[in-house]
Amino acid sequence: MNREIDQSIWLNDVDVCQIDHLIEVSGLSLEEIEDLINHEIIVPQDRNANPRFFYLHYVMTVKMARRLRDDFQLDRNGLSLALTLLQRVQALEEELKRPTLAASTAN
Amino acid sequence: MEFKDYYQIMGLERSATADDIKQAYRKLAHKYHPDISKDPKGKEKFQEIGEAYAVLKNAEKRQAYDDLGKRPSGEKFTPPSDWQQHFNAGESDFNDVDLSDLFANFGGGRRTHQPRQAVPQAGQDYEITAPVSLEQLISGAEIDVRAELPEYDQNGLAHRVARTFRVTIPKAAVDGQRLRLVAKGGPGINGGRTGDLFVALAFQSHPLYRLNGRDLYMDLPLTPWEAVLGKTIQLPTLAGVVELTIKPGTIDGQKLRLAKRGLLSANGDIGALYAVVQIQVPKTVTPREQELFEQLASASDFNPRQHFVSGAHS
Repeated sequence: MNREIDQSIWLNDVDVCQIDHLIEVSGLSLEEIEDLINHEIIVPQDRNANPRFFYLHYVMTVKMARRLRDDFQLDRNGLSLALTLLQRVQALEEELKRPTLAASTAN
Repeated sequence: MEFKDYYQIMGLERSATADDIKQAYRKLAHKYHPDISKDPKGKEKFQEIGEAYAVLKNAEKRQAYDDLGKRPSGEKFTPPSDWQQHFNAGESDFNDVDLSDLFANFGGGRRTHQPRQAVPQAGQDYEITAPVSLEQLISGAEIDVRAELPEYDQNGLAHRVARTFRVTIPKAAVDGQRLRLVAKGGPGINGGRTGDLFVALAFQSHPLYRLNGRDLYMDLPLTPWEAVLGKTIQLPTLAGVVELTIKPGTIDGQKLRLAKRGLLSANGDIGALYAVVQIQVPKTVTPREQELFEQLASASDFNPRQHFVSGAHS
């Protein structure tokens, strides 16, 4: 079996990229990305820095934004609303999971 | 080539109008879109739906598809002889071509001699899920991930090829995080950039440990006498067995914390391992054990329900 040894980029909350990179990987426009920033769906590492840097895990957020925009034909307001609600659902799901993980599973 | 019933996938009659098709797509997208659906097969289903919609919403593609006639899903078929010309496929073999890839090429999507096709088009991104055990995570193991990716022949026709990539799991990775393999996805068109391959890390449940953030929790079963008298036991951790001293008088539910025996965080901190005490009793006892328990019951003044009595008097 041919196996390709690959250097992968870990999309984490430590390494950062600039806004151009988010535009390139998502295919969203600068205005659309700025909308996501204004709605705090993606948050710069330091809001006052210039240029702004974003954690690499936001690559998945902007790619999701692109999918939702295309698949549901969402306008910019609709997209921001959908993403905000999805983030809230995700946060609640994580909150619900927490006590279950920590609880003892006695027989 | 394998036939796919796009009408059946979208729950439509073959006589469906363009509006019916659009409406069905929206309804199915709401149900199965991988970004909003909790259906474990949502991603797969939505991919099929997307393929079907891409063909049926386009009048020319739909006509070409309809010309194939109605067939059972999965049936192997040989495309009509004019398709090689229709899809600008030259002498390409259709056998290992996916119907969706063929329709993506409809009208010669990768031809370069027509001005409208000279616009660079980025290749498709692909995502696969890689199961990761806690042992692989803590050791930063290398794993092999396999993906079926398109490769284009000289006529621009996509053939799916199985490729295997070896990737290293970052020790501080979090469940659901992605690794991005740059330019390992679908090839771009007319000089467009190659798509990426994303590997989603899916932590597997472990028979001993439960994960909470970077901390690990495990059950620690003790006998009643070990809890009362104390004992040094052997405790398995992800980094090897350690000795753990159980203090006399340990109670059920107590969490014994072992610092730096959890998972590495991206900032370099290491989580803890919590052993949650479970005091267990034997389900059956020998006559000798029965005798000893009875002696203990006679000799002991311990009453864990003492507060019931004081509560009733107050």
